[in-house]
Amino acid sequence: MTAADAGRLAAPFRAPGSASFTEFLGQHAPDLLPGRRALPPRPVEAPHGTTIVALTYAGGLVMAGDRRATMGNLIANRDMEKVFAADEFSVVGIAGTAGLAIELVKLFQVELEHYEKIEGTLMSLEGKANRLATMIRSNLGMAMQGLAVVPMFGGVDLDTGAGRIFSYDVTGGCYEEHDHHSIGSGSMFARGSLKKLWHPAADAEAAVSVAVEALFDAADDDSATGGPDVQRRIWPTVAVVDAEGVRFADDTAIAAVVDAVLARRLGNPGGAR
Amino acid sequence: MSQMPFYVSPEQLMKDRADFARKGIARGRSVVVLAYDNGIAFVAENPSRALHKVSEIYDRIGFAAVGKYNEFENLRVAGIRYADLRGYSYDRGDVTARGLANAYAQTLGAVFTQESKPHEVEIAVAEVGAGPDGDQIYRLTYDGSVTDVRGFLAMGGAAEAIDAGLKESFRDGMPLADALALAVRLLAADPAGGEPRALGPGSLEVAVLDRTRVRRTFRRITGELLMALLNPSDPTQDAPADDPAAGPHDPAPGETHADASGVSPRHTSTNPQTQRHAEEHPTSDGK
Repeated sequence: MTAADAGRLAAPFRAPGSASFTEFLGQHAPDLLPGRRALPPRPVEAPHGTTIVALTYAGGLVMAGDRRATMGNLIANRDMEKVFAADEFSVVGIAGTAGLAIELVKLFQVELEHYEKIEGTLMSLEGKANRLATMIRSNLGMAMQGLAVVPMFGGVDLDTGAGRIFSYDVTGGCYEEHDHHSIGSGSMFARGSLKKLWHPAADAEAAVSVAVEALFDAADDDSATGGPDVQRRIWPTVAVVDAEGVRFADDTAIAAVVDAVLARRLGNPGGAR
Repeated sequence: MSQMPFYVSPEQLMKDRADFARKGIARGRSVVVLAYDNGIAFVAENPSRALHKVSEIYDRIGFAAVGKYNEFENLRVAGIRYADLRGYSYDRGDVTARGLANAYAQTLGAVFTQESKPHEVEIAVAEVGAGPDGDQIYRLTYDGSVTDVRGFLAMGGAAEAIDAGLKESFRDGMPLADALALAVRLLAADPAGGEPRALGPGSLEVAVLDRTRVRRTFRRITGELLMALLNPSDPTQDAPADDPAAGPHDPAPGETHADASGVSPRHTSTNPQTQRHAEEHPTSDGK
């Protein structure tokens, strides 16, 4: 890599055909690919990211994640980001080993943009979901050593204008989820919450509120999921995707949603309605 | 193969190669790169909607070329790979036009001296700065020479005549509409002194690096916006900063995607952990 940086662009730079950044890295700098590294000899303890929720609404989808990373019984990070814009029209949320997951997202973002620049067109939503599956599959060896990465991918299908959610397993299986889904340690509780709160007629604002409330329910019962941190003003990351693109809800808006959820649950901690 | 029958001096060999490359380049139509008040514009005479002469390389870096399509397309892809690799291993801010121009220069120089035939291409690499003083335009020729030009450059068949015209009429800080009008007037002129040709939006490829945009500054200018900018009686002077029809990227040939918002959802950094800056994205949750 450094040799090429200093002088003539080496052969892999000029090889025709591929619009994939990962394939290019595989030829030119395989040590930069997450899947090509030597496996740790024994399971490693590293920070883990926890709960992500996603739900569709008419015209788009909302993906939200709490901000906590844990290592064993310790809180490794209180304000980590776990939901990212993959490109202008899709988002990816991560659960599992934080370091590997962030590297995966970084590579995925470059992969999508690289394709877009070389081909001069956007990759289809299914194409993006499949690329991500391939990347997770290459991490299987690490997963066997306790370093699993399980993301969730969501985006707007520009052909139909509908929001779609894709989930994965450690072997790279890619499944389309309908209406709503959650991953991570608190997902069991978040899923129950989503099932009761999701409504097909919801708009973006209502969907954001449901996402925040589902994360609240996850944090209520799962110690690895961080609830809204009222003292430090740390709120969940909430991304809204529609035909206009991805946008992240700003802190003041989320603070208002959190306040409303807390007020509703005062004296009614389960949120029954 | 038998031995070379005659001695050819290195001077003669290089001259023959240079003449060969120059002839190839002179057959093609021209490209103009020029600075305007809010960025750098690329204007190419190119009737094709699918085969581009102008392209995005990275956040603030654009590319334009004349000559043989397969050769400059190969260099364009190599440039994108170079830039993406740089940005991936370091940070997006560490990708510069200077580094890319050097890599191109080494490559073109090596091909010129070592391979059986030189590349018949001429390339421009431009980087838009935070202000007009930060703008950089590099010109790379078939033999690997690099020139750092200020303000404008012309490449291709009619380059000399266009360059003379630019020297006469270019001034710093022109609005985009004036810059495009100047470029199109010079591209349409007949070097032999005859009637200028008519160059409409259909036979032009226009793109800008717009310094007012966040992260990816490259955008193509096509369709109605190009028509409005080229029409002297239309009040449009610049590409709107956040019009709904503006793609932040380079979607389907010649067209910006109808649904693209023009606003990048993430801040310019490679590490996903530092990409979201709440204060820079004041849009709220769907209100």
